[in-house]
Amino acid sequence: MAEGVKPRVKAPKSASAGETVVIKTLISHQMESGQRKDSDGNVIPRSIINRFTCDYNGQNIIDVTLAPAISTNPYFEFEAVIPDAGDMKFTWYDDDGSVYEETKSVAIA
Amino acid sequence: MKMASLKTMTASVATLALCAGVATADENAELVVNGEIHMVTRTDAPEHLENIDVIRSGWTFRTEETQALQLDDFDNPGMIFVEEAIEDWDTVEGSEGKACADCHNAVEDTMVGVRAVYPKWSEAAGEVRTLEMQINDCRENRMGAEKWGYTSGDMTNMVALISSVSRGMPVDVAIDGPAQETWETGKEIYYTRYGQLEMSCASCHEENYDNYIRADHLSQGQINGFPTYRLKNAKLNSVHARFKGCVRDTRAHTFSPGSPEFVALELYVASRGNGLSVEGPSVRN
Amino acid sequence: MEFTRRGAIALGAGVAVTLMLPARGALAAAEDRIAEFTGGAATGEGGITLTTPEIAENGNTVPIEVDAPGAVSIMVLASGNPTPDVCTFNFGPLAGAQRASTRIRLAGTQDVVAVAKMADGSFVQAQNTVKVTIGGCGG
Repeated sequence: MAEGVKPRVKAPKSASAGETVVIKTLISHQMESGQRKDSDGNVIPRSIINRFTCDYNGQNIIDVTLAPAISTNPYFEFEAVIPDAGDMKFTWYDDDGSVYEETKSVAIA
Repeated sequence: MKMASLKTMTASVATLALCAGVATADENAELVVNGEIHMVTRTDAPEHLENIDVIRSGWTFRTEETQALQLDDFDNPGMIFVEEAIEDWDTVEGSEGKACADCHNAVEDTMVGVRAVYPKWSEAAGEVRTLEMQINDCRENRMGAEKWGYTSGDMTNMVALISSVSRGMPVDVAIDGPAQETWETGKEIYYTRYGQLEMSCASCHEENYDNYIRADHLSQGQINGFPTYRLKNAKLNSVHARFKGCVRDTRAHTFSPGSPEFVALELYVASRGNGLSVEGPSVRN
Repeated sequence: MEFTRRGAIALGAGVAVTLMLPARGALAAAEDRIAEFTGGAATGEGGITLTTPEIAENGNTVPIEVDAPGAVSIMVLASGNPTPDVCTFNFGPLAGAQRASTRIRLAGTQDVVAVAKMADGSFVQAQNTVKVTIGGCGG
């Protein structure tokens, strides 16, 4: 597991049924591109988050493939429809095999 | 004197490529963080400033896109490092078995207003101290822990945490009384030309702010936004690290972070921003 | 060797071609990616909005947004990067809009390209030039 990786999510705690809400996500991650060299001139191996998904009650909202051109601390903003109360699940996949997860519950107001 | 003024001109002509403000954001844009912290980004200069009428936060010199990153704590990558510091605040370290929180309780209760008045004269130490010096004093003498490197990540993140709870408060460092001598030293350094390029802080940040140095839109060099998250290196940057970078760019041997010279300079530069809001952690390019 | 005006022009032209090669290479790579994404189908215009800054103060963190109502997925490419891939957004059944924003790295001034695959299998494309400034101060 890469060091200092921490997912953060900004999602509303409640919504009305069928409402479209804005979601923001940010995960602290170096996103080492594989293009950089260390002080000895050796290439620093690529180590990035390569996929991010967001699902709601098992149904997909967004599924993103990431390349090294995504900035340090990958940030995404997107929109989701909330049909009923449930759990929003966020998953980040690391090159090193690690999987980082976060869940936010949304109530129907 | 004639030689000096000739050199001044050469330096200015050689290093400053002036062009129109193509990337300038809206002149009247207001900085309101999280929809609730109203920042003063332009205000009348403090009385001691002779050559500038209106002081401006570095935020006002950035493009709209860079400015936007500071409007919301979730969008501000600097807050990631503040979160890291919150963990350190509660972490017991050293021989005394103490964390910051053991003496200072919750940072949002006890540290409000602290950033705004630092650097500050310490009666006990008999010197002007920066926040970094005070933090290391705590670590060494109260916690029995190892000092942090002056511009290390841990240190800069902690300064950002302490700064974050004073956001929106006016910078108000004292320049009289026992601090005056240090302040005057800082002022002298500010106006001294260093390096092969023979540039002083004032060459860029007083005489040429709002102009361009190659593609950089020169600011007034205010430090009310420090520590600042820079897009360039994707981390928080401390005041002294920035000073060092600037002095190095004049092709001079720089003073060391934490040196008496940079402490004095920090007090003086902070005082040039008396009246602007504490913004740290800000976002800059 | 004797330098003549004609010779100098010929030499200059040769240098110019050489200098253009890397850029052509990157563009070709981007075109290859688009062809893979579309399966060789032609891309139309309109129906997709790509929002990018005109000038990025630093290439490390450039905010972008893509919006293509009705799209199944949107691929973003940076035509002037060492490799053009940036990201691909695939929208699921609960997507509230086919819109997303992120922050990307640009190695220099270049065109950012977005290609959307629409629900009917057609493709639309948008591209913007982003000028990446190189600062005067290394500090």
